Amino acid sequence: MSEATDTSGPVLAADGTPLKRSLARALRRQKLRALGLVAPLLLFVLVTFIAPIADMLFRSVENDIVADTLPRTVVALKDWRYDGGEIPDEPVFAALYADLAVAVEKKEHTRLGSRLNYETTGTSSLFRKTGRRVDDIGEHFQDQLEGLDDAWKNPETIAAIFAADPTAERYRPRDGVAAMLPRASAAYAKFAAFTESEGDVAAEEKPWELIYAELYADLTAGQGAPYEGPEAALVRAAVAAVPGFEPLSFKEAFIEVDDGWESVEIWGTIKAYSPRYTPGYFLNAVDMQLTPEGIERQDEGQRIYGLLFKRTLFMSLAITISCILLAYPVAWILANLPMRTANLLMILVLLPFWTSLLVRTSAWKVLLQQQGVINDIIVWLGLGKFMVWVENAWNWFGTTVGFIDPAMLVDFASNEGRLTMINNQFGTIVAMTHILLPFMILPMYSVMQTIPPTYMRAAKSLGATNWTAFWRVYFPQSVPGIGAGSILVFILAIGYYITPELVGGTTGTFISNRIAYHISSSLNWGLAAALGAILLAAVLLLYWAYDKIVGIDNVKLG
Amino acid sequence: MKLKSAIAASTALTLVVSGAAFAESHGNMADSMVLVSWGGAYQTSQQKAYVEPYLAANEGVTATWDESSNEAVAKLRAMNEAGNVTWDLVDVVASDAIRLCDEGLAMEYDPDELLLDAPDGTKASEDFGDLIVSDCYIPQIVYSTTFGYRTDMVGDTPPTTVCDVFDTETYPGKRSLEKRPINNMEWALICDGVADEDVYDVLETEEGQARAFAKLDTIKDDVIWWSAGADTPQLLADGEVVMGSTYNGRLFSLIEEQDQPVAMLWDAQVFDLDGWIIPAGLPEDRLARVIDFVKFATDTQRLADQAKYISYGPARKSSAPLVGQHAELGIDMAPHMPTDPANAKHTFLYNYEWWADYRDDLDGKFQAWLAQ
Repeated sequence: MSEATDTSGPVLAADGTPLKRSLARALRRQKLRALGLVAPLLLFVLVTFIAPIADMLFRSVENDIVADTLPRTVVALKDWRYDGGEIPDEPVFAALYADLAVAVEKKEHTRLGSRLNYETTGTSSLFRKTGRRVDDIGEHFQDQLEGLDDAWKNPETIAAIFAADPTAERYRPRDGVAAMLPRASAAYAKFAAFTESEGDVAAEEKPWELIYAELYADLTAGQGAPYEGPEAALVRAAVAAVPGFEPLSFKEAFIEVDDGWESVEIWGTIKAYSPRYTPGYFLNAVDMQLTPEGIERQDEGQRIYGLLFKRTLFMSLAITISCILLAYPVAWILANLPMRTANLLMILVLLPFWTSLLVRTSAWKVLLQQQGVINDIIVWLGLGKFMVWVENAWNWFGTTVGFIDPAMLVDFASNEGRLTMINNQFGTIVAMTHILLPFMILPMYSVMQTIPPTYMRAAKSLGATNWTAFWRVYFPQSVPGIGAGSILVFILAIGYYITPELVGGTTGTFISNRIAYHISSSLNWGLAAALGAILLAAVLLLYWAYDKIVGIDNVKLG
Repeated sequence: MKLKSAIAASTALTLVVSGAAFAESHGNMADSMVLVSWGGAYQTSQQKAYVEPYLAANEGVTATWDESSNEAVAKLRAMNEAGNVTWDLVDVVASDAIRLCDEGLAMEYDPDELLLDAPDGTKASEDFGDLIVSDCYIPQIVYSTTFGYRTDMVGDTPPTTVCDVFDTETYPGKRSLEKRPINNMEWALICDGVADEDVYDVLETEEGQARAFAKLDTIKDDVIWWSAGADTPQLLADGEVVMGSTYNGRLFSLIEEQDQPVAMLWDAQVFDLDGWIIPAGLPEDRLARVIDFVKFATDTQRLADQAKYISYGPARKSSAPLVGQHAELGIDMAPHMPTDPANAKHTFLYNYEWWADYRDDLDGKFQAWLAQ
């Protein structure tokens, strides 16, 4: 049969097309249909999950704000070097003025100030203060031009010089003006674009001071062709008069507004953060810093993220382990009880799910605090000393395993032997173990349910002791449940922040608390994104390691 | 066919007419507002003092509360980036208002144009005075962060100065402080012998910061750090702490309304402000409605009314003489105001501008200090 097909050319389908192509077509149709069926979900996940996360993570390197707000300054700074120890020269300050004048009108300068303040303290107020007085610098030129002729005060006069049709609603540059007055016409174009974005007409609005400053620059430089066009007499008079104007040093003017501009540090920071993409946030997230001199370690007193990452991982591990220890017997009992009783008990496991997270956490506060229920009972029973011993053992265990710093042993047995069980790592681990326990019990339970009880009986009938039968026969079959539960609990624990915030005190906070702080309080979303990206990478790495060691096929959720 | 078009025409006419009537009666104002506040007793005081009266006077208008003031800055920024600001008026503390103004997320306004003059004709800008700490900020109340202590846990010598917080020998037991550098650093320096007016100059230097941390180090093991305003009242009520800092209104409700054995320690209380900002870029009809509401809600009488429900001082000078009695307890509110002369013997002025600069830096150091 096969010989026959080999000799008689390709196999044909019923309709005469080669079988291979026909098959491929059928398969492709099938695949497309499958894709069509999952498309809604795929799109949904893409739009509501993948895209926002990608957008958020992208912020960890994105740094458009400096180059967008101070475009000319960034270019002018190209040749300036921080190592020189001197602040930049006049042209950079002139560019700074041109940029800031626009930014102030658009109210973008303070945003840049807060961005750079993450790197160098004091930048925030420097930009805010300068923004308030940057008009004064431009007014220096405006006043002198207006002193020459009152016509300069008239918005329509200015519009006639720059716009093709001053009466038009929308601004169009007049032919040739860009060649005659290059800088001023560029400034006017920006002014017109901004005015129109506000819903106003440029020819009716008071022109920015920047336009006068740029006009002065154009006129003194004598750039371009001699001026021709509307208001020629006015402009020519100005050309003749500008050499007699009182000049202005932008550098001095800025330093007079705020002596922060004299600081090489500020300029170094602006230069270091002028590229559109920055490693700065990621460096901050690993306790380093991008300074004008290059990459440096953060000062001793400011290193915190490494410690928090380590702590988050170790505490999540501790929580996962305590969940395994507590959940295994519970799941075993549930799986081996008759259905009716098991269902009843199952409600107890699920009950916490239906209770608010905050309520459960607050309940732990009531139980664990110094004047709380547990401590009251301990004192009432006279068990203070025993509890001291327990606490000692915990400290010993913690320092041996490594998740408690030897310098930060839990302080126990205050008055009457009342224990400090909350606002520390212990409280966090207890509360989070309780909260995450169902996520461990449920997968374990569903896996254990599928293990036939006959296996254990068979093992015992073949002579195994209870322990051997459990360890060699039952336990290996329940491992997929442990694996699934551990992954769930660990990944949930690593991103928790409400519970650690409420009961963690100072030693029980997680990295997620800092992420939340940077999202909601400091507004340093770039740093939050970098911390989040590192956390995500750590989880994926652990997942990969788990897959290599245990095998992800062994995970069963039911 | 004729009938159909006649119907269509009359429907269109009705629509036009009713539309015009609508526009006329509401003066092109939106008929709903989303107000953002803190929830709890404070929001209730706003609801009773000016939202309910306003709605009663303007039939058909509805106001919805969103209790998001805690995350207002972040949420407003996110809304702004998404191009869909759903809030009309946002209640924030002064430092957040400065931040929102810096970010261009809040609208700048002219106090004399937007707000009403005092009954005696004083301009709004003068009546609010220095409290307008940002061009975007419409202050409502002055509150203070101060200490409360358990009267049954301090023996016969109750604490009299803020430095008793640092005295663990005379006053053993835990104390609660806010989990952020603001206020704590200032108190630490004051109790380390720095004069009030020099605090920020000292805090600007590395040595000054080290000094403040060293002072805080002396009580670090005795501190429970809070992050929600309700924490300290709960800790005091449970006897978990002997003294703790929180907002004075929370302590008032603990002492007067819940009758707990707690007393105020007004020494070195730090004044702060709470007020409105209008989000930038609101559509015209919504802006008109909000301006109409704000005008009403920040007039002299309304701000004085608010003090009936909560022990925060009105931001207008002209409101102070009008402060009356608590709406339910019937006690005089004036002696419970942080601004009352008896309480304000030693107060500390919180420097917003300074913290806007140093917040990022010091917060990093503070958190690192806490974690170590």
